[in-house]
Parts: sequence; structure tokens; C-alpha cells
Amino acid sequence: MHWVNAVVMLVMITSGWGIYDDDVIIRGFHFSSFWRLGDWAAWSLNWHFAGMWFLVINGLIYLTYGFVTGRFRKKLLPIRPAEVVQTVIDTLHFKIAHEDITVYNAVQKLLYIIVILSGISQVVTGLAIWKPVQFSGLVSLLGGFQTARVLHFAGMAVIVGFLIVHVALALLVPKTLWAMVAGGPRVTANSQAQAHQARQGHTA
Amino acid sequence: MRSPFRPDVVPDTAILADHKPLIRSLERRGLIRGSLSLGALVLLTGCDVKRPEAVESALLAISRLNDGVQALLFDPNRLAPTYPASTILRPPKFNAYYDVMDVKPVNGTTWRLEVSGRVADKRPWTLQDLRALPQTSMVIKHICVEGWSYIGGWSGPTLRAFLEHIGADLRAKYVAFKTADDYPSSIDMATALHPQTLLAIQYGGDTLADPFGFPVRLRMATKLGYKNPKWITAIEVTNTYPGGYWEEKGFPWFAGI
Repeated sequence: MHWVNAVVMLVMITSGWGIYDDDVIIRGFHFSSFWRLGDWAAWSLNWHFAGMWFLVINGLIYLTYGFVTGRFRKKLLPIRPAEVVQTVIDTLHFKIAHEDITVYNAVQKLLYIIVILSGISQVVTGLAIWKPVQFSGLVSLLGGFQTARVLHFAGMAVIVGFLIVHVALALLVPKTLWAMVAGGPRVTANSQAQAHQARQGHTA
Repeated sequence: MRSPFRPDVVPDTAILADHKPLIRSLERRGLIRGSLSLGALVLLTGCDVKRPEAVESALLAISRLNDGVQALLFDPNRLAPTYPASTILRPPKFNAYYDVMDVKPVNGTTWRLEVSGRVADKRPWTLQDLRALPQTSMVIKHICVEGWSYIGGWSGPTLRAFLEHIGADLRAKYVAFKTADDYPSSIDMATALHPQTLLAIQYGGDTLADPFGFPVRLRMATKLGYKNPKWITAIEVTNTYPGGYWEEKGFPWFAGI
């Protein structure tokens, strides 16, 4: 699911840049053809409208899985502000060992929640600018067609920002990559408890 | 300047020297593994795919599938939002596959609208004939596939009134248009019968100006801008897919909004 999403996200982002270039939102800001998927707007559009199905279907499976199995609740919550601050400080000190890759630190939790919400928001704003008449209620809720369009662009920027940090950190902690491909170690109640103990031990 | 991250107590240099090769090898291994997976990622996305035929036909197949989905999403009874007349942009935005300087004005007195296909009455129409049909006005948003939009005010007979008047087969699949600027276009019958689909002959209460399609153009509140041909010279009701100018170049055909 992660790799389907990774590929589809890149397709959506780079084809979106091709569509963006036809009528820019930020004056003077273009994406060069190297970064665009589709050699001109028509094909960027076709990539975008093909990719959207894979994004939505894969995303729905992922969200359903996350909620039904309780994975989101278990792995992404709770987030304590103090832990976020501590992790940021640790990271700035290059303490990014990430000993147990089955347990996310507070910053990871926060970023994963932000990117999941951004993904959902992209689908909603995307639907609004794809069908502004059929979903006119949604468009007015978002503040009009052009606002929805800017929100769709801003959502892309958030996801790209996440992507840069996410890929950089994954490369710094290479053992996570193998887990992403092969499925990673089993998360047992035992390992969760151990991680909890370890954290308690730190503070003690 | 001394780094704030440097430890106060410096470890024994012997220990540092001892660990140096290990640290270096770890870094190198990580870098190699990292760049390998990045390379795989680039391959997977097909960043370098310059539109080979297989990719192109797959994308077009999905685009046709999307046309079907869009037809299902289209609600023939849903009206697009309308706006007060004070918000009408004057003059409207010009857009075509050529520059505004290259517009070739159409002579309104000699102009005729040809009618063909699955219709009972194939007599050609004059501008006076179109003016004699009941007129409808609408102030709607024009949305271009590129992303820009503006509010325009259009008047003229509904395409539905016109089609009913010529005894068109309203169960046919397509309504096709030919234009003076060689910009063929076609739409689905459901959209043709929508109450906000006009054969526009006026903009903002005045006769349509030359750059915007005089004497008659199509204006639909439920489709993207490029689906609205200007300077229409012929209308055909047909069951054979007629295509269109941008559609031949890869743009989606349905283009509903």
C-alpha cells in the first residue's frame, strides 16, 4: 500500500505541476518540463485523472485498514506536546537512532497525521475543482472555485514538504526501508510494552 | 565558531580513531542503499516516459472510462450557481487556439446555420429565426480547463428549445457543431437538453461581439470552456461519436463540471 501510494503521489504531484503551468497561481512561478509528468497540459491532465482513481482506492483501503484494525489509534496516538519538543531537540542533536522502528516518535506521529489529513483534503478540494457545478455546495463551503484551487495547490505544497523530510529521514535510518518493502517486524503487545518501559526508563 | 552541539568532554582520541572506519562504512552502506531505492522510485514513476504508445492508449482508455463516470455524475436537473448582473466581466475573456488578432468576423446577414442528422426539419436558420425563439438569460461562471475563470452574462434560445423546434431525435447520443474558425465540437444529449445550455446571441444584453462568436456560440454552465464552440455554422444530431478540436489532441471529451 505504501509503495502504490508513493508512486501514485508522485504521479499526482508531477502531473499536477503540468496542469498548474498552464495558468499559474503564483505569477512568474513555473515548474520546468523536467519536473512535469505529461509533455503538455492534455497529457498531464490525463495522468492526473487516471492517477486519482488509484490514489482514492488505495487511500480508502489504507484508511479502512487503519481504523478497523486500530492501527491509527495504537501508532499515531497520543501525541504529547512535550514529547514533540523533546524529539525536535533530539533530532537537532542528530540523535535519530530510531531504535524500535515499530514505535513512532511524537514528531513522526504528528507528521503522519498531517500528511494523512492533507491527502484527504487533496481529494476533497480536487473533487471541488473537478466538478464545481455538480458539487457546488462543497465549492461554496471551501470559499469559491478559485479558493478551492489555491487550497488544492497548498495541499500539494504540504505533501511535498512532508515528502522531502520523510525521504531524507528514511535514508538516514536505512533499516526502515527494508521494513517498508518486506513488511517489518511484528508489532506485539510485548514489544509495545517494552518500548513503553524504555521510555519510562529514560525519564526516570 | 564552536558548534553548540560539540560535547564539553572530548572523548579519548584513541577511541575516536578506533571507531572511525566503522562509522564511515555505515554511512557509505546507507548512502548506497538509499540511492538504490531512490533510483527504483524514479523508475517506478516513469519520470522519463516520453509518452510511448502503450502509455498513451492506456491513459486514453481511462479518459474514456472517466467520460462514462462523468456522464453518471451529471445531474440533468442540477443548476449551476448564477450571479448578479453587476458581476459580469466586460468584455469577456477572449480565448481560442489562435490570437485575438486572427479572428475572422462572420457576416451576420449572409450567415446561415445548417442543420443535419437525426432531425425532422433541415431548413437552414437565419439570425432572425434564432431571435424569434423564446430567449433565456443566465449569468454564470466560465471555467477554463487551465484553471482561470470569470463571470459572464449570456442570452439566447436554449439549445433544447432549438432542438425541439427542428424535431430532433432527443434520444440520439450526440449534438455536434461546426464553426467558421474550424473548431469542431460535440456534446452529449443530456447536457444539450440542460436548461443552462444556450445558443448564445447576446453578451451582457448586447449583440455578441465578433471576437466572442458573433452571430451565435454555445454557452453551457455545466462544461469547461473549451467545450463551447464560437461562430457556429452547422449543428448535427447524431449517434456517431463526432470528437472535437482539443479532444483529437488528447483532452477529455465529456469535460463536465
